Amino acid sequence: MGFLDIRNVTKSYGQVEVLHRVDIAVEEGEFLVLVGPSGCGKSTLLNMIAGLEGITGGEIAIKGRVVNGVHPSKRNIAMVFQSYALYPNMTVGQNMTFGLEMHGVPKPARDRALADVAKLLQIDHLLDRKPGQLSGGQRQRVAMGRALVRNPDVFLFDEPLSNLDAKLRVDMRTEIKKLHQKLKTTIVYVTHDQIEAMTLSTRIAVMNRGHVQQLGTPKEIYDTPANLFVATFMGSPAMNIIPARVVMQDGVPHASVTDAEGTPRMLRFSQAAMAAWEGKDILLGIRPEAITDPEGADRKSGNIQSLPNRVTVTEPAGADTFVTMTLGGRDAIARMRADAPVAAGERYEFAVNMEKAVAFDPATELRIGG
Amino acid sequence: MSAVTQDTAVSTGRAMRVLIYLLLVLFALFYLLPLYVMGINSVKPLSEITGGNMMALPQVWTLDPWRSAWSTAQIGVEPTGLKPYFLNSILMVVPAVAISTIVGALNGYVLTKWRFRGDSWVFGLMLFSCFIPFQIVLIPMAVVLGKLGLAGSVPGLVLVHVVYGIGFTTLYFRNYYAAFPTELVRAAQIDGAGFFQIFWRILLPVSGPIAVVSVIWQFTNIWNDFLFGASFGGTSQPMTVALNNLVQSSTGVKEYNVHFAGAILAALPTLFVYIVAGRYFVRGLMAGSVKG
Repeated sequence: MGFLDIRNVTKSYGQVEVLHRVDIAVEEGEFLVLVGPSGCGKSTLLNMIAGLEGITGGEIAIKGRVVNGVHPSKRNIAMVFQSYALYPNMTVGQNMTFGLEMHGVPKPARDRALADVAKLLQIDHLLDRKPGQLSGGQRQRVAMGRALVRNPDVFLFDEPLSNLDAKLRVDMRTEIKKLHQKLKTTIVYVTHDQIEAMTLSTRIAVMNRGHVQQLGTPKEIYDTPANLFVATFMGSPAMNIIPARVVMQDGVPHASVTDAEGTPRMLRFSQAAMAAWEGKDILLGIRPEAITDPEGADRKSGNIQSLPNRVTVTEPAGADTFVTMTLGGRDAIARMRADAPVAAGERYEFAVNMEKAVAFDPATELRIGG
Repeated sequence: MSAVTQDTAVSTGRAMRVLIYLLLVLFALFYLLPLYVMGINSVKPLSEITGGNMMALPQVWTLDPWRSAWSTAQIGVEPTGLKPYFLNSILMVVPAVAISTIVGALNGYVLTKWRFRGDSWVFGLMLFSCFIPFQIVLIPMAVVLGKLGLAGSVPGLVLVHVVYGIGFTTLYFRNYYAAFPTELVRAAQIDGAGFFQIFWRILLPVSGPIAVVSVIWQFTNIWNDFLFGASFGGTSQPMTVALNNLVQSSTGVKEYNVHFAGAILAALPTLFVYIVAGRYFVRGLMAGSVKG
């Protein structure tokens, strides 16, 4: 049993079920990120934990206490909203202590809690201002301060960074991670940004169409995605999905992939279990950073396969150069060193790290081969 | 500033501009003519008016018509002046405006932030009440007031005006609160604020502009109402009914100067509300726009 238990939770609006039997146990101090495209049910799930939406089926328990039907204010949770939801008529200080006041905490204790949190977030000089006089980043801090001051069991974040500009978003991301490491609080965080999910979380739940597609550590989600959706949703640029056929050579399974000219190229699988798929069509998943120039290939990998192919387009992005080629009749992207000697239209010897490759069943879209 | 106006306005010659201003001033004077007639005739003796000098300035300035209209003029059969009726109107309009505005605000709050099954139907029906002519409800209203024992009293008039005003005030507040972020209400819920605490601490403090609109609208309508006052006023008739009784009296000499003074007296409170609240109205809008 976890600190926050979501057991078989469903949510329906009338006849339409929008969340299907979600089952997640969150340990104390964990940073769980719910990630998925819009309309996947992640915000609905968060609102159900908060008590802002009713639970159709199943149970949610915080610290072992089932909270179905318990009012949001009595669940000992705090929430940071996408729009910050600061009360416009109150000062920053009043905003942050409003919850304590409503819970009947006496004024001296409120002031002490406020002073502590304001110092922690470095907003002590803003306490007498109104939210309208603050910048986006400052409002974000105040919104977090309002949550922190309550000292709740669980923090809920609803896309807190999506209203900030790109640079501030990265800064605040680091800030939130620092805060979590310092305070060791339990956090459930909703975002549609897979980079936020990867960088912040201790565990990720990837959601789509009301189902949890995969629940695991960022590394598990990234390296061994459970299905095609998780594989393509996480990572930027997205994982290359290449139609291939499994063939045996010297008793070892290989993926046969056609290059730009239609010539089959053999890439040896690291997974021996792929032998069971001999002669069948599969989808091969290779992340862009697993296709490189030979000098840039991972030296620790035990399975670097050479792949000659024609370069379609090169896109220098500063730190890396993205190279597009045709593989299995589709565009595939390779992430090369910035100064890799490639030019559009020329042939080039790519290095594929097959240790990082995964395979999917085209019919079920599930990952195969262990 | 002026350069900007010249850039955007249709370019006109100096002669054209003079003509435009001349016309505007003329229209303004024409528009102010009734007020002028009322004003000067209320401060001259009756003999000067009946002598045919309606448009001229008074030869003898006097405030007697005002005193008479306020405290001694014959209203119906009693020589009480408009004073007691003015008081009736105040006693009616203040609670009626206050109650209808508060109820409208609560309705708007519930209809936008505490949605329930069929809420849009409820709102639609309340909106419908804005389109019902006064005359249709006279008889049912009389029956209800009779059953409640409020017929012919100030509380009865307050009830009538509150019931009639709720449709409008609800419409105002609902539309205003619809633009108010629901996340704030949710945040307050998590913070532990109850139904009325959220209303009192979060929504009302930012409702200034719409409250002023509601107050202006309700005050003007209720103060100026004649039909309900004449029908249900009984012994506590409002100012409008008294003014009618003063002006329409068919016995004795027509004291035009007193009538003019009485009419101005009857119009003063609404003028006052417009001037005072109108300023707050603009200020509220400006504050909102600067805050963004």
